[in-house]
Amino acid sequence: MFSVINLMVRRDILLAMRRPQDVMTSLFFFIIVVSLFPLGVSPEMEVLRSIGPGVIWVAALLASMLSLGRLFSDDYQDGTLEQLILSPQPLALVVLSKVAAHWLLTGLPLVILTPLLGLLLGLNVEEIQILTLTLLLGTPVLSLIGSIGAALTLGVRGGGVLISLLILPLFVPVLIFGTGAVSSMNAGLGVEAHFSLLGAFLVLSLLLTPWASAAALKISME
Amino acid sequence: MTSKQNEKKSNSWLKFSSTRNFYPLAGKMTPWFMGLAIALMLVGLYMTFFVVPPDYQQGNSYRIMYIHVPAAWMSMLIYLLMALYAGIYFVLNVKLADMMAGGLAVTGAIFTVIALWTGSMWGKPTWGAWWVWDARLTSELLLLFLYLGYISLRAAIDDPNRAAKASGLLALVGVVNVPIIYFSVTWWNTLHQGASITTNKTSMATEMFVTLLVMVFAFWMYTIAIVLMRVRNEIIERERDTSWLVEELGKEK
Repeated sequence: MFSVINLMVRRDILLAMRRPQDVMTSLFFFIIVVSLFPLGVSPEMEVLRSIGPGVIWVAALLASMLSLGRLFSDDYQDGTLEQLILSPQPLALVVLSKVAAHWLLTGLPLVILTPLLGLLLGLNVEEIQILTLTLLLGTPVLSLIGSIGAALTLGVRGGGVLISLLILPLFVPVLIFGTGAVSSMNAGLGVEAHFSLLGAFLVLSLLLTPWASAAALKISME
Repeated sequence: MTSKQNEKKSNSWLKFSSTRNFYPLAGKMTPWFMGLAIALMLVGLYMTFFVVPPDYQQGNSYRIMYIHVPAAWMSMLIYLLMALYAGIYFVLNVKLADMMAGGLAVTGAIFTVIALWTGSMWGKPTWGAWWVWDARLTSELLLLFLYLGYISLRAAIDDPNRAAKASGLLALVGVVNVPIIYFSVTWWNTLHQGASITTNKTSMATEMFVTLLVMVFAFWMYTIAIVLMRVRNEIIERERDTSWLVEELGKEK
């Protein structure tokens, strides 16, 4: 089981490293979206500090959604996906490994960049710590839920726009508790509840979404 | 086939899961449900405007409630019903269940829009704002997005079988998420007045409650009638090459 995961993750990372611009695009998208807010809303540090966590979370949401289209589409186009479905390994496991690779390539860099962007928006050290931790817990959920949308829209007309319509409503709980943690800490309340809920979302989506995505892939490949 | 076998077959309720048997039945039922819907709607609207007294706090503006509340209820119930039909489609592989789900989605989306619209008209005199980011309004808006996603996915896939399976899966994923979204949004922010009707007691005058009930039934009848009509159209579109349909359409002329 672990050899399959290991193999798939390494393959996907290797393939992405051969074309690093794909990964970089969504990363730069993240940075650009965040830096548009001071220009669009206000350069006042007080304003930026209050909207900062939300801005970073929304940008992360959009950036991870932007890269979801490529989760299965390359393998779909060159026929690899068909072979993966025919292989004796459980498809849910293959999906899980692909999602893991996708998160390592697009989710983790977002988490690593967050402290930098937090500083740009005037967040203090504590806020940045909490925000980064929520993103660390939350971005895998985004990739997992997003994989269902990516599998459903495979080879469908206008799939890129459609995927946002399908999965953005499902991202809402993660967004609420991700940004809620920071404001709850500032209000003097604990952040444990928010982290517990984000953790629960992560466990639940780890458990359920690979099966749903695998079913969706089979539907798309019929 | 002998008459006995025929009889046995006609006893099974599954008979109407075939489009061929369902089409004429739906055709016969539609006018009744539509008639009931119109009659109940007229009675309900009459009661809304002339029978129930104005509210002691909100005056006459609260009368929009008799459209707003049933529409909001329907919008949520229809989503569950749609997911139920999607589940039936997966388990029994009955094409008709998928057509029902597809027909329900459009009506559900319309009711969601009506609930949001009337809610906004009620909110202006009561809260002083057309829209507030309150938990129930937000979750209703998200419900609309879920409906729109479902409808768009169905429309984007040309092959009806694939469209049925993909959208069915989406409906099931959505129905798992609906409670999560609902509670997230509730914990996030709440301003909306509490529900007036609970299972054990109502905080409402009897005539108001009766009016509300009449409107709810009117909306139900309308939903059944319009969904049956939509399913009939879908059957005509999908099975236009079959001989029984040509016969059936000949009879209707």
